[in-house]
Amino acid sequence: MNWIAVTSIYKFEMARFFRTMTQSFVSPVLSTSLYFVVFGAAIGSRIQEVEGISYGAFIVPGLIMLSVITQSISNASFGIYFPKFIGTVFELLSAPISFIEIVLGYVGAAATKALFIGVIILITAFFFVDITILHPFWMVIFLLLTCVSFALFGFIIGIWAGNFEQLQLVPLLIITPLVFLGGSFYSISMLPPVWQVISHFNPVVYLISGFRWSFFGAADVPIVTSLFAIAGFTALCLAVIWWIFRTGWRIRQ
Amino acid sequence: MPDIVEIHNLRKAYSDGFEALKGVTLNIKQGEILALLGPNGAGKTTLISTVCGITTSTSGSVKVGGHDTLTDYRAARAMIGLVPQEINLEPFEKVISTVRFSRGLFGKPKDDAALEKILRQLSLWDKKDSQIRALSGGMKRRVLIAKALAHEPRVLFLDEPTAGVDVELRRDMWEIVADLKADGVTIILTTHYIEEAEAIADRIGVIAHGELLLVEDKNKLMARMGKKQLVVQLTKPVDTLPKALVSDAVTLSEDRTKLIYTYDTRAERTGITKLLSDVAAAGLVLTDLETSQSSLEEIFVGLVKEDAA
Repeated sequence: MNWIAVTSIYKFEMARFFRTMTQSFVSPVLSTSLYFVVFGAAIGSRIQEVEGISYGAFIVPGLIMLSVITQSISNASFGIYFPKFIGTVFELLSAPISFIEIVLGYVGAAATKALFIGVIILITAFFFVDITILHPFWMVIFLLLTCVSFALFGFIIGIWAGNFEQLQLVPLLIITPLVFLGGSFYSISMLPPVWQVISHFNPVVYLISGFRWSFFGAADVPIVTSLFAIAGFTALCLAVIWWIFRTGWRIRQ
Repeated sequence: MPDIVEIHNLRKAYSDGFEALKGVTLNIKQGEILALLGPNGAGKTTLISTVCGITTSTSGSVKVGGHDTLTDYRAARAMIGLVPQEINLEPFEKVISTVRFSRGLFGKPKDDAALEKILRQLSLWDKKDSQIRALSGGMKRRVLIAKALAHEPRVLFLDEPTAGVDVELRRDMWEIVADLKADGVTIILTTHYIEEAEAIADRIGVIAHGELLLVEDKNKLMARMGKKQLVVQLTKPVDTLPKALVSDAVTLSEDRTKLIYTYDTRAERTGITKLLSDVAAAGLVLTDLETSQSSLEEIFVGLVKEDAA
Protein backbone atom coordinates (compact mmCIF):
# COMPACT_ATOMS: atom_id res chain seq x y z
CA MET A 1 0.00 0.00 0.00
CA ASN A 2 1.36 3.40 -1.07
CA TRP A 3 0.34 5.33 2.06
CA ILE A 4 2.46 8.35 1.11
CA ALA A 5 0.40 8.72 -2.07
CA VAL A 6 -2.85 8.33 -0.11
CA THR A 7 -1.89 11.03 2.36
CA SER A 8 -0.62 13.27 -0.45
CA ILE A 9 -4.00 13.15 -2.20
CA TYR A 10 -5.78 13.57 1.14
CA LYS A 11 -3.72 16.59 2.19
CA PHE A 12 -3.95 18.16 -1.26
CA GLU A 13 -7.74 17.91 -1.20
CA MET A 14 -8.00 19.15 2.37
CA ALA A 15 -5.80 22.14 1.49
CA ARG A 16 -8.31 23.05 -1.23
CA PHE A 17 -11.06 22.85 1.41
CA PHE A 18 -9.27 25.15 3.85
CA ARG A 19 -8.35 27.55 1.05
CA THR A 20 -12.03 28.14 0.39
CA MET A 21 -12.93 28.56 4.05
CA THR A 22 -15.94 30.83 3.50
CA GLN A 23 -17.53 28.46 1.05
CA SER A 24 -16.58 25.43 3.14
CA PHE A 25 -17.71 26.53 6.61
CA VAL A 26 -19.68 29.75 6.62
CA SER A 27 -22.09 28.67 3.90
CA PRO A 28 -23.40 25.50 5.64
CA VAL A 29 -23.57 27.26 9.02
CA LEU A 30 -25.55 30.11 7.52
CA SER A 31 -27.96 27.88 5.63
CA THR A 32 -28.50 25.69 8.72
CA SER A 33 -29.20 28.75 10.84
CA LEU A 34 -31.76 29.85 8.25
CA TYR A 35 -33.42 26.43 8.39
CA PHE A 36 -33.69 26.75 12.16
CA VAL A 37 -35.15 30.22 11.88
CA VAL A 38 -37.69 29.25 9.20
CA PHE A 39 -38.58 25.66 10.16
CA GLY A 40 -37.70 25.71 13.83
CA ALA A 41 -38.86 29.13 14.99
CA ALA A 42 -41.38 30.39 12.43
CA ILE A 43 -43.15 27.18 11.35
CA GLY A 44 -42.02 24.93 14.20
CA SER A 45 -43.63 27.14 16.83
CA ARG A 46 -47.01 26.25 15.31
CA ILE A 47 -46.29 22.51 15.21
CA GLN A 48 -46.86 20.32 18.23
CA GLU A 49 -44.24 17.85 19.28
CA VAL A 50 -43.37 15.08 16.81
CA GLU A 51 -43.11 11.67 18.45
CA GLY A 52 -42.67 13.41 21.79
CA ILE A 53 -39.80 15.61 20.55
CA SER A 54 -39.97 19.36 20.02
CA TYR A 55 -40.08 20.13 16.30
CA GLY A 56 -36.94 22.29 16.47
CA ALA A 57 -34.93 19.39 17.92
CA PHE A 58 -36.65 16.83 15.67
CA ILE A 59 -35.29 18.39 12.49
CA VAL A 60 -31.65 18.52 13.71
CA PRO A 61 -30.66 14.99 12.54
CA GLY A 62 -32.41 15.60 9.22
CA LEU A 63 -30.62 18.91 8.73
CA ILE A 64 -27.27 17.34 9.52
CA MET A 65 -27.97 14.50 7.09
CA LEU A 66 -29.11 16.94 4.41
CA SER A 67 -25.81 18.83 4.58
CA VAL A 68 -23.60 15.80 5.09
CA ILE A 69 -25.07 13.93 2.12
CA THR A 70 -24.91 16.89 -0.26
CA GLN A 71 -21.43 17.91 0.92
CA SER A 72 -20.07 14.35 0.67
CA ILE A 73 -21.32 14.08 -2.88
CA SER A 74 -20.24 17.52 -4.05
CA ASN A 75 -16.78 17.34 -2.46
CA ALA A 76 -15.98 13.88 -3.79
CA SER A 77 -17.44 14.49 -7.25
CA PHE A 78 -15.60 17.80 -7.65
CA GLY A 79 -12.40 16.30 -6.23
CA ILE A 80 -12.06 13.74 -9.00
CA TYR A 81 -13.87 15.66 -11.74
CA PHE A 82 -11.63 18.74 -11.51
CA PRO A 83 -8.39 16.86 -12.37
CA LYS A 84 -10.27 15.32 -15.29
CA PHE A 85 -11.52 18.73 -16.40
CA ILE A 86 -8.14 20.49 -16.29
CA GLY A 87 -6.19 17.45 -17.46
CA THR A 88 -4.10 16.78 -14.35
CA VAL A 89 -5.67 13.33 -14.05
CA PHE A 90 -2.77 12.04 -16.18
CA GLU A 91 -0.62 12.32 -13.08
CA LEU A 92 -2.89 9.99 -11.10
CA LEU A 93 -3.02 7.49 -13.93
CA SER A 94 0.73 7.42 -14.45
CA ALA A 95 1.64 7.26 -10.75
CA PRO A 96 2.48 3.94 -9.05
CA ILE A 97 -0.80 3.84 -7.15
CA SER A 98 -3.74 1.47 -7.16
CA PHE A 99 -7.39 2.46 -7.46
CA ILE A 100 -7.87 1.66 -3.78
CA GLU A 101 -5.28 4.28 -2.89
CA ILE A 102 -6.84 6.87 -5.21
CA VAL A 103 -10.27 6.21 -3.71
CA LEU A 104 -8.93 6.31 -0.15
CA GLY A 105 -7.32 9.69 -0.80
CA TYR A 106 -10.24 11.39 -2.54
CA VAL A 107 -13.12 9.75 -0.70
CA GLY A 108 -11.31 10.06 2.63
CA ALA A 109 -10.86 13.80 2.11
CA ALA A 110 -14.44 14.32 0.92
CA ALA A 111 -15.82 12.32 3.85
CA THR A 112 -13.67 14.29 6.31
CA LYS A 113 -14.91 17.60 4.90
CA ALA A 114 -18.53 16.44 5.18
CA LEU A 115 -17.90 15.19 8.71
CA PHE A 116 -16.49 18.60 9.69
CA ILE A 117 -19.57 20.28 8.33
CA GLY A 118 -21.86 17.80 10.10
CA VAL A 119 -20.14 18.53 13.41
CA ILE A 120 -20.31 22.29 12.80
CA ILE A 121 -24.04 22.05 12.11
CA LEU A 122 -24.51 20.00 15.26
CA ILE A 123 -22.65 22.63 17.27
CA THR A 124 -24.73 25.38 15.60
CA ALA A 125 -27.90 23.48 16.49
CA PHE A 126 -27.01 23.61 20.17
CA PHE A 127 -27.35 27.39 19.97
CA PHE A 128 -30.96 27.11 18.74
CA VAL A 129 -32.52 24.07 20.44
CA ASP A 130 -32.04 21.73 23.38
CA ILE A 131 -30.76 18.39 22.14
CA THR A 132 -29.70 15.26 23.94
CA ILE A 133 -27.94 12.46 22.11
CA LEU A 134 -29.11 9.13 23.51
CA HIS A 135 -26.72 6.92 21.54
CA PRO A 136 -23.58 8.99 20.77
CA PHE A 137 -21.61 5.93 19.59
CA TRP A 138 -24.25 5.05 16.99
CA MET A 139 -24.59 8.69 16.04
CA VAL A 140 -20.89 8.77 15.14
CA ILE A 141 -21.17 5.44 13.28
CA PHE A 142 -24.16 6.65 11.24
CA LEU A 143 -22.47 9.94 10.52
CA LEU A 144 -19.24 8.27 9.40
CA LEU A 145 -21.01 5.67 7.27
CA THR A 146 -23.12 8.33 5.59
CA CYS A 147 -20.08 10.52 4.88
CA VAL A 148 -18.13 7.62 3.40
CA SER A 149 -20.95 6.02 1.41
CA PHE A 150 -22.10 9.28 -0.19
CA ALA A 151 -18.52 10.37 -0.83
CA LEU A 152 -18.11 7.07 -2.73
CA PHE A 153 -21.29 7.87 -4.63
CA GLY A 154 -19.98 11.37 -5.36
CA PHE A 155 -16.72 9.88 -6.62
CA ILE A 156 -18.71 7.81 -9.13
CA ILE A 157 -20.60 10.91 -10.26
CA GLY A 158 -17.32 12.79 -10.68
CA ILE A 159 -15.95 10.06 -12.91
CA TRP A 160 -19.18 9.77 -14.88
CA ALA A 161 -19.65 13.51 -15.41
CA GLY A 162 -18.53 14.85 -18.75
CA ASN A 163 -19.15 18.50 -17.89
CA PHE A 164 -20.09 20.74 -14.96
CA GLU A 165 -23.79 20.47 -15.78
CA GLN A 166 -23.71 16.69 -15.41
CA LEU A 167 -21.74 17.11 -12.21
CA GLN A 168 -24.70 18.99 -10.72
CA LEU A 169 -27.40 16.89 -12.35
CA VAL A 170 -27.61 13.92 -9.99
CA PRO A 171 -27.24 15.91 -6.73
CA LEU A 172 -29.86 18.44 -7.84
CA LEU A 173 -32.40 16.21 -9.53
CA ILE A 174 -32.10 13.03 -7.49
CA ILE A 175 -30.32 13.51 -4.19
CA THR A 176 -31.95 16.75 -3.03
CA PRO A 177 -35.52 15.47 -3.61
CA LEU A 178 -34.66 12.13 -1.97
CA VAL A 179 -33.26 13.89 1.10
CA PHE A 180 -36.17 16.32 1.37
CA LEU A 181 -38.66 13.48 0.91
CA GLY A 182 -36.67 11.20 3.19
CA GLY A 183 -38.09 12.58 6.43
CA SER A 184 -35.60 15.37 7.05
CA PHE A 185 -38.33 17.68 8.32
CA TYR A 186 -41.08 15.22 9.26
CA SER A 187 -41.73 11.71 10.44
CA ILE A 188 -42.76 9.19 7.78
CA SER A 189 -45.65 8.22 10.06
CA MET A 190 -47.12 11.71 9.44
CA LEU A 191 -47.67 10.85 5.75
CA PRO A 192 -50.80 9.22 4.26
CA PRO A 193 -50.50 5.37 4.14
CA VAL A 194 -49.75 5.26 0.38
CA TRP A 195 -46.90 7.73 0.69
CA GLN A 196 -45.57 5.86 3.69
CA VAL A 197 -45.21 2.75 1.48
CA ILE A 198 -43.62 4.77 -1.34
CA SER A 199 -41.21 6.39 1.12
CA HIS A 200 -39.80 3.00 2.02
CA PHE A 201 -38.29 2.85 -1.49
CA ASN A 202 -36.31 5.98 -0.69
CA PRO A 203 -32.91 4.86 0.68
CA VAL A 204 -32.39 8.17 2.46
CA VAL A 205 -35.34 7.38 4.75
CA TYR A 206 -33.27 4.61 6.35
CA LEU A 207 -30.31 6.89 6.94
CA ILE A 208 -32.26 9.73 8.48
CA SER A 209 -34.35 7.35 10.53
CA GLY A 210 -31.30 5.57 11.91
CA PHE A 211 -29.51 8.84 12.59
CA ARG A 212 -32.57 10.28 14.32
CA TRP A 213 -32.83 7.12 16.44
CA SER A 214 -29.26 7.73 17.68
CA PHE A 215 -30.44 11.14 18.95
CA PHE A 216 -33.92 10.44 20.35
CA GLY A 217 -34.35 6.67 20.41
CA ALA A 218 -37.32 6.96 18.01
CA ALA A 219 -37.19 5.74 14.39
CA ASP A 220 -39.45 5.28 11.35
CA VAL A 221 -37.76 1.97 10.46
CA PRO A 222 -35.91 -0.58 12.59
CA ILE A 223 -32.33 0.41 13.35
CA VAL A 224 -30.91 -2.84 11.95
CA THR A 225 -32.68 -2.19 8.64
CA SER A 226 -31.09 1.26 8.56
CA LEU A 227 -27.65 -0.20 9.15
CA PHE A 228 -28.12 -2.84 6.45
CA ALA A 229 -29.37 -0.19 4.02
CA ILE A 230 -26.34 2.02 4.46
CA ALA A 231 -23.96 -0.95 4.40
CA GLY A 232 -25.60 -2.19 1.21
CA PHE A 233 -25.33 1.23 -0.41
CA THR A 234 -21.64 1.44 0.53
CA ALA A 235 -21.00 -2.03 -0.89
CA LEU A 236 -22.79 -1.13 -4.12
CA CYS A 237 -20.73 2.05 -4.55
CA LEU A 238 -17.50 0.14 -3.86
CA ALA A 239 -18.45 -2.48 -6.46
CA VAL A 240 -19.15 0.20 -9.07
CA ILE A 241 -15.82 1.95 -8.34
CA TRP A 242 -13.97 -1.35 -8.56
CA TRP A 243 -15.56 -1.94 -11.97
CA ILE A 244 -14.70 1.60 -13.12
CA PHE A 245 -11.04 1.16 -12.35
CA ARG A 246 -10.90 -2.35 -13.72
CA THR A 247 -12.32 -1.26 -17.07
CA GLY A 248 -10.94 2.30 -17.06
CA TRP A 249 -14.45 3.58 -17.83
CA ARG A 250 -14.39 7.36 -18.39
CA ILE A 251 -10.85 7.55 -17.03
CA ARG A 252 -8.40 5.59 -19.11
CA GLN A 253 -8.49 5.48 -22.89
CA MET B 1 24.42 0.45 -22.16
CA PRO B 2 21.52 -1.89 -21.25
CA ASP B 3 17.98 -1.24 -22.46
CA ILE B 4 15.93 0.61 -19.87
CA VAL B 5 12.69 0.64 -21.89
CA GLU B 6 11.61 -2.41 -23.89
CA ILE B 7 8.50 -2.08 -26.02
CA HIS B 8 7.45 -5.22 -27.81
CA ASN B 9 4.82 -5.41 -30.54
CA LEU B 10 2.64 -2.77 -28.90
CA ARG B 11 -0.79 -2.34 -30.42
CA LYS B 12 -3.56 0.09 -29.63
CA ALA B 13 -6.90 -0.13 -31.41
CA TYR B 14 -9.93 1.95 -30.47
CA SER B 15 -13.50 0.74 -30.43
CA ASP B 16 -14.20 2.52 -33.74
CA GLY B 17 -11.52 0.36 -35.36
CA PHE B 18 -8.86 3.05 -35.59
CA GLU B 19 -5.40 1.61 -34.99
CA ALA B 20 -3.23 4.20 -33.26
CA LEU B 21 -0.30 1.81 -32.80
CA LYS B 22 0.35 -1.08 -35.16
CA GLY B 23 2.82 -3.34 -33.42
CA VAL B 24 5.54 -0.96 -32.29
CA THR B 25 8.76 -2.57 -31.10
CA LEU B 26 11.38 -0.28 -29.64
CA ASN B 27 14.24 -0.60 -27.17
CA ILE B 28 15.63 2.48 -25.50
CA LYS B 29 19.11 2.46 -24.01
CA GLN B 30 19.82 3.71 -20.53
CA GLY B 31 21.05 7.30 -20.52
CA GLU B 32 20.28 8.13 -24.13
CA ILE B 33 18.09 10.83 -25.65
CA LEU B 34 15.66 9.41 -28.17
CA ALA B 35 13.67 11.81 -30.32
CA LEU B 36 10.43 10.50 -31.79
CA LEU B 37 9.51 12.36 -34.92
CA GLY B 38 6.23 12.09 -36.69
CA PRO B 39 3.41 14.11 -38.19
CA ASN B 40 0.22 14.89 -36.27
CA GLY B 41 -1.75 11.74 -35.48
CA ALA B 42 1.26 9.51 -36.09
CA GLY B 43 0.89 7.79 -32.70
CA LYS B 44 3.65 9.54 -30.74
CA THR B 45 1.47 10.60 -27.80
CA THR B 46 -0.40 7.29 -27.79
CA LEU B 47 2.90 5.46 -27.54
CA ILE B 48 4.03 7.59 -24.60
CA SER B 49 0.62 7.39 -22.90
CA THR B 50 0.60 3.62 -23.19
CA VAL B 51 4.07 3.26 -21.72
CA CYS B 52 3.13 5.59 -18.84
CA GLY B 53 -0.15 3.81 -18.05
CA ILE B 54 -2.56 6.52 -19.18
CA THR B 55 -3.79 4.50 -22.14
CA THR B 56 -4.41 0.77 -22.06
CA SER B 57 -2.78 -1.20 -24.84
CA THR B 58 -4.70 -3.72 -26.94
CA SER B 59 -1.76 -6.12 -27.02
CA GLY B 60 1.99 -6.23 -26.68
CA SER B 61 4.20 -5.54 -23.71
CA VAL B 62 6.24 -2.74 -22.18
CA LYS B 63 9.00 -3.11 -19.64
CA VAL B 64 10.73 -0.27 -17.84
CA GLY B 65 13.88 -1.15 -15.97
CA GLY B 66 12.90 -4.81 -16.44
CA HIS B 67 9.49 -4.28 -14.79
CA ASP B 68 6.36 -5.02 -16.80
CA THR B 69 4.11 -1.95 -16.87
CA LEU B 70 0.99 -4.08 -16.33
CA THR B 71 1.99 -6.86 -13.93
CA ASP B 72 4.61 -4.85 -12.02
CA TYR B 73 3.24 -1.38 -12.62
CA ARG B 74 4.32 0.12 -9.31
CA ALA B 75 8.03 -0.54 -9.89
CA ALA B 76 7.79 0.40 -13.58
CA ARG B 77 5.91 3.66 -13.07
CA ALA B 78 8.11 4.71 -10.17
CA MET B 79 10.95 4.98 -12.69
CA ILE B 80 9.02 7.15 -15.13
CA GLY B 81 8.42 10.89 -15.27
CA LEU B 82 6.06 12.39 -17.80
CA VAL B 83 5.82 15.93 -19.10
CA PRO B 84 2.59 16.14 -21.09
CA GLN B 85 2.00 18.12 -24.24
CA GLU B 86 -0.70 20.35 -22.73
CA ILE B 87 -0.04 22.65 -19.79
CA ASN B 88 -2.17 20.76 -17.28
CA LEU B 89 -1.81 22.47 -13.92
CA GLU B 90 -4.14 23.55 -11.14
CA PRO B 91 -4.15 27.35 -11.47
CA PHE B 92 -4.67 28.18 -7.78
CA GLU B 93 -1.96 25.90 -6.42
CA LYS B 94 1.45 27.16 -5.40
CA VAL B 95 4.46 25.88 -7.33
CA ILE B 96 5.99 24.19 -4.29
CA SER B 97 2.76 22.47 -3.22
CA THR B 98 2.01 21.06 -6.66
CA VAL B 99 5.58 19.74 -6.98
CA ARG B 100 5.40 18.30 -3.47
CA PHE B 101 2.11 16.61 -4.38
CA SER B 102 3.71 14.98 -7.43
CA ARG B 103 6.54 13.60 -5.31
CA GLY B 104 4.07 12.21 -2.79
CA LEU B 105 1.94 10.58 -5.49
CA PHE B 106 4.95 8.51 -6.49
CA GLY B 107 5.38 7.33 -2.91
CA LYS B 108 8.51 9.34 -2.18
CA PRO B 109 8.78 10.81 1.32
CA LYS B 110 8.91 14.57 1.75
CA ASP B 111 12.33 15.92 0.83
CA ASP B 112 12.42 19.69 0.48
CA ALA B 113 16.15 19.68 -0.24
CA ALA B 114 15.61 17.49 -3.33
CA LEU B 115 12.75 19.71 -4.49
CA GLU B 116 14.83 22.82 -3.95
CA LYS B 117 17.56 21.37 -6.15
CA ILE B 118 15.06 20.63 -8.92
CA LEU B 119 13.39 24.04 -8.68
CA ARG B 120 16.75 25.82 -8.72
CA GLN B 121 17.87 23.74 -11.70
CA LEU B 122 14.75 24.92 -13.53
CA SER B 123 15.07 28.53 -12.35
CA LEU B 124 11.82 28.19 -10.42
CA TRP B 125 13.05 28.57 -6.86
CA ASP B 126 12.15 32.27 -6.73
CA LYS B 127 8.64 31.38 -7.84
CA LYS B 128 8.08 28.52 -5.40
CA ASP B 129 5.38 30.38 -3.46
CA SER B 130 3.68 31.83 -6.54
CA GLN B 131 0.33 30.56 -7.71
CA ILE B 132 0.54 28.74 -11.03
CA ARG B 133 -1.90 31.15 -12.65
CA ALA B 134 0.56 34.01 -12.06
CA LEU B 135 3.32 32.33 -14.09
CA SER B 136 4.18 32.84 -17.74
CA GLY B 137 3.67 30.05 -20.26
CA GLY B 138 7.36 29.20 -20.21
CA MET B 139 7.42 29.03 -16.42
CA LYS B 140 4.39 26.76 -16.44
CA ARG B 141 6.23 24.39 -18.75
CA ARG B 142 9.11 24.38 -16.29
CA VAL B 143 6.68 23.56 -13.49
CA LEU B 144 5.48 20.57 -15.51
CA ILE B 145 9.07 19.40 -15.82
CA ALA B 146 9.65 19.99 -12.09
CA LYS B 147 6.58 17.88 -11.28
CA ALA B 148 7.79 15.12 -13.57
CA LEU B 149 11.23 15.19 -11.92
CA ALA B 150 9.94 15.49 -8.35
CA HIS B 151 10.22 11.75 -7.70
CA GLU B 152 13.66 11.53 -9.32
CA PRO B 153 12.70 9.30 -12.27
CA ARG B 154 15.27 7.42 -14.32
CA VAL B 155 13.25 7.74 -17.53
CA LEU B 156 11.68 11.02 -18.60
CA PHE B 157 9.09 11.33 -21.34
CA LEU B 158 8.74 14.80 -22.82
CA ASP B 159 5.74 15.09 -25.10
CA GLU B 160 6.46 18.02 -27.38
CA PRO B 161 8.10 20.07 -24.63
CA THR B 162 8.86 23.06 -26.81
CA ALA B 163 5.64 23.25 -28.79
CA GLY B 164 4.61 26.89 -29.02
CA VAL B 165 7.46 28.29 -26.96
CA ASP B 166 9.83 31.04 -28.07
CA VAL B 167 13.34 30.38 -29.35
CA GLU B 168 15.02 31.45 -26.11
CA LEU B 169 12.96 29.11 -23.98
CA ARG B 170 13.50 26.31 -26.47
CA ARG B 171 17.26 26.73 -26.08
CA ASP B 172 16.79 26.73 -22.29
CA MET B 173 14.84 23.48 -22.55
CA TRP B 174 17.62 21.91 -24.57
CA GLU B 175 20.07 22.87 -21.86
CA ILE B 176 17.80 21.36 -19.21
CA VAL B 177 17.58 18.15 -21.23
CA ALA B 178 21.37 18.08 -21.60
CA ASP B 179 21.76 18.53 -17.83
CA LEU B 180 19.32 15.71 -17.14
CA LYS B 181 21.18 13.45 -19.52
CA ALA B 182 24.39 14.32 -17.68
CA ASP B 183 22.63 13.17 -14.48
CA GLY B 184 21.99 9.81 -16.14
CA VAL B 185 18.32 10.30 -16.95
CA THR B 186 17.07 8.55 -20.08
CA ILE B 187 14.99 10.95 -22.15
CA ILE B 188 12.39 10.22 -24.77
CA LEU B 189 10.96 13.28 -26.44
CA THR B 190 8.47 13.75 -29.18
CA THR B 191 8.78 16.78 -31.35
CA HIS B 192 7.71 18.39 -34.56
CA TYR B 193 10.88 20.42 -34.65
CA ILE B 194 13.46 18.57 -36.66
CA GLU B 195 16.16 20.99 -35.55
CA GLU B 196 15.36 20.02 -31.96
CA ALA B 197 15.98 16.36 -32.67
CA GLU B 198 19.04 17.25 -34.67
CA ALA B 199 20.39 19.39 -31.85
CA ILE B 200 19.88 17.16 -28.80
CA ALA B 201 19.00 13.58 -29.70
CA ASP B 202 21.34 10.60 -29.72
CA ARG B 203 18.92 8.48 -31.71
CA ILE B 204 16.00 9.32 -33.93
CA GLY B 205 12.80 7.32 -34.27
CA VAL B 206 10.38 8.14 -37.05
CA ILE B 207 6.76 7.15 -36.52
CA ALA B 208 3.89 7.51 -38.97
CA HIS B 209 0.42 5.97 -39.12
CA GLY B 210 1.08 4.03 -35.90
CA GLU B 211 4.19 2.34 -37.25
CA LEU B 212 7.77 2.92 -36.32
CA LEU B 213 9.48 3.47 -39.65
CA LEU B 214 12.99 3.50 -38.30
CA VAL B 215 15.10 4.04 -35.21
CA GLU B 216 18.70 4.89 -35.76
CA ASP B 217 21.66 6.74 -34.37
CA LYS B 218 21.22 10.34 -35.46
CA ASN B 219 24.67 10.70 -37.01
CA LYS B 220 24.50 7.32 -38.74
CA LEU B 221 21.05 8.12 -40.05
CA MET B 222 22.21 11.37 -41.52
CA ALA B 223 25.30 9.75 -42.94
CA ARG B 224 23.34 6.81 -44.33
CA MET B 225 20.45 8.66 -45.78
CA GLY B 226 21.98 12.06 -46.25
CA LYS B 227 23.26 12.98 -49.64
CA LYS B 228 25.98 15.52 -50.03
CA GLN B 229 26.33 18.05 -52.78
CA LEU B 230 29.46 19.72 -54.08
CA VAL B 231 28.83 23.05 -55.77
CA VAL B 232 31.59 24.15 -58.14
CA GLN B 233 31.46 27.88 -58.82
CA LEU B 234 32.80 28.76 -62.27
CA THR B 235 34.40 32.06 -63.30
CA LYS B 236 32.07 32.41 -66.30
CA PRO B 237 28.89 30.70 -67.51
CA VAL B 238 29.00 27.68 -69.79
CA ASP B 239 26.42 26.86 -72.47
CA THR B 240 26.37 23.13 -71.97
CA LEU B 241 28.04 20.58 -69.76
CA PRO B 242 31.36 19.44 -71.22
CA LYS B 243 31.09 15.87 -72.57
CA ALA B 244 33.38 14.40 -69.87
CA LEU B 245 31.13 15.76 -67.14
CA VAL B 246 27.80 14.54 -68.46
CA SER B 247 26.30 12.12 -65.91
CA ASP B 248 23.24 11.75 -63.67
CA ALA B 249 25.23 13.11 -60.76
CA VAL B 250 26.18 16.42 -62.36
CA THR B 251 23.79 19.25 -63.20
CA LEU B 252 24.24 22.79 -64.33
CA SER B 253 22.64 25.59 -62.34
CA GLU B 254 20.02 27.81 -63.96
CA ASP B 255 22.43 30.71 -64.31
CA ARG B 256 24.93 28.25 -65.81
CA THR B 257 27.72 29.38 -63.50
CA LYS B 258 27.66 26.41 -61.13
CA LEU B 259 28.16 22.70 -61.47
CA ILE B 260 26.23 20.74 -58.88
CA TYR B 261 27.60 17.30 -58.09
CA THR B 262 25.56 14.97 -55.86
CA TYR B 263 27.37 12.10 -54.22
CA ASP B 264 26.85 9.42 -51.63
CA THR B 265 28.76 9.84 -48.39
CA ARG B 266 28.70 6.09 -47.81
CA ALA B 267 30.45 5.26 -51.11
CA GLU B 268 34.04 4.10 -51.00
CA ARG B 269 34.92 6.65 -53.62
CA THR B 270 33.02 9.89 -53.81
CA GLY B 271 34.24 10.73 -57.33
CA ILE B 272 35.24 14.24 -56.31
CA THR B 273 38.86 13.88 -57.46
CA LYS B 274 37.79 12.66 -60.91
CA LEU B 275 35.21 15.43 -61.15
CA LEU B 276 37.79 18.11 -60.43
CA SER B 277 40.19 16.53 -62.93
CA ASP B 278 37.46 16.50 -65.58
CA VAL B 279 36.63 20.14 -64.80
CA ALA B 280 40.26 21.11 -65.25
CA ALA B 281 40.56 18.99 -68.42
CA ALA B 282 37.51 20.70 -69.88
CA GLY B 283 39.28 24.02 -69.45
CA LEU B 284 36.82 25.35 -66.89
CA VAL B 285 38.18 27.72 -64.25
CA LEU B 286 36.61 27.59 -60.84
CA THR B 287 36.41 30.28 -58.17
CA ASP B 288 34.92 28.46 -55.23
CA LEU B 289 33.86 25.07 -53.87
CA GLU B 290 31.03 24.48 -51.43
CA THR B 291 29.56 21.32 -49.90
CA SER B 292 26.14 20.89 -48.26
CA GLN B 293 24.44 17.94 -46.57
CA SER B 294 20.72 17.17 -46.57
CA SER B 295 19.10 18.02 -43.24
CA LEU B 296 17.19 15.69 -40.97
CA GLU B 297 14.07 17.47 -42.06
CA GLU B 298 14.58 16.43 -45.66
CA ILE B 299 15.25 12.86 -44.52
CA PHE B 300 12.12 12.88 -42.36
CA VAL B 301 9.88 14.28 -45.08
CA GLY B 302 11.27 11.72 -47.50
CA LEU B 303 10.59 8.84 -45.13
CA VAL B 304 7.04 9.90 -44.31
CA LYS B 305 6.25 10.46 -47.99
CA GLU B 306 7.68 7.05 -48.82
CA ASP B 307 5.47 5.47 -46.13
CA ALA B 308 2.37 7.26 -47.38
CA ALA B 309 3.07 6.07 -50.93
